Amino acid sequence: MNQYETVLILTPVLTEEMVREAVLKFEKVLKENGAELVHQAHWGLRKLAYPIRKKATGFYHLYEFKATGLAVDKLELELRRDERILRFLTVSLDKYAVAYNESRRRPKASKEEVNP
Amino acid sequence: MITNSFASVPVKEETRKKYCRFRKNGIRYIDYKDPDFLLKLVNEQGKLLPRRLTGTSLKYQRKVAQAVKRARHLALMPYVADGLR
Repeated sequence: MNQYETVLILTPVLTEEMVREAVLKFEKVLKENGAELVHQAHWGLRKLAYPIRKKATGFYHLYEFKATGLAVDKLELELRRDERILRFLTVSLDKYAVAYNESRRRPKASKEEVNP
Repeated sequence: MITNSFASVPVKEETRKKYCRFRKNGIRYIDYKDPDFLLKLVNEQGKLLPRRLTGTSLKYQRKVAQAVKRARHLALMPYVADGLR
């Protein structure tokens, strides 16, 4: 089991409700494939640095999870099939990345750990 | 005896030793999700700054390059730009 992180960009034409539904769908895909969700974050509607499929904005969502490579394949297949997804990126996290993400989530607790 | 034959003595510029900002500050992971930070590592066209200017060590320059490319893919940073700064 490795730790991974997936960022996806949803089209801005969706309503809040539809975004939530899409996010839940991929969460379900992950869980069905035996992934353990560590964290997820919704960044909301963000401006894109350049247009993708003629859209200037998009909803960003981030999943951080522990899973096998097989689960990642399954998730990416679903992401590719879904036309609501403008773009996605899955990154496998090394130990420094995991530590960094944790410290970012709990900025205060980790600082105390670093300099005792 | 060697005499200085220059018309003017070359002015010694104030040289500051370059250092790797990641090594010095103990940064082990460069986050591609933080475009504001990555902006410091590219020029105003959005191109990566060379190591000879930033002083970044090779190990971290590779990580910088990887992070910037990931950020570009996710449209957090532009591939081509004009006047980023």
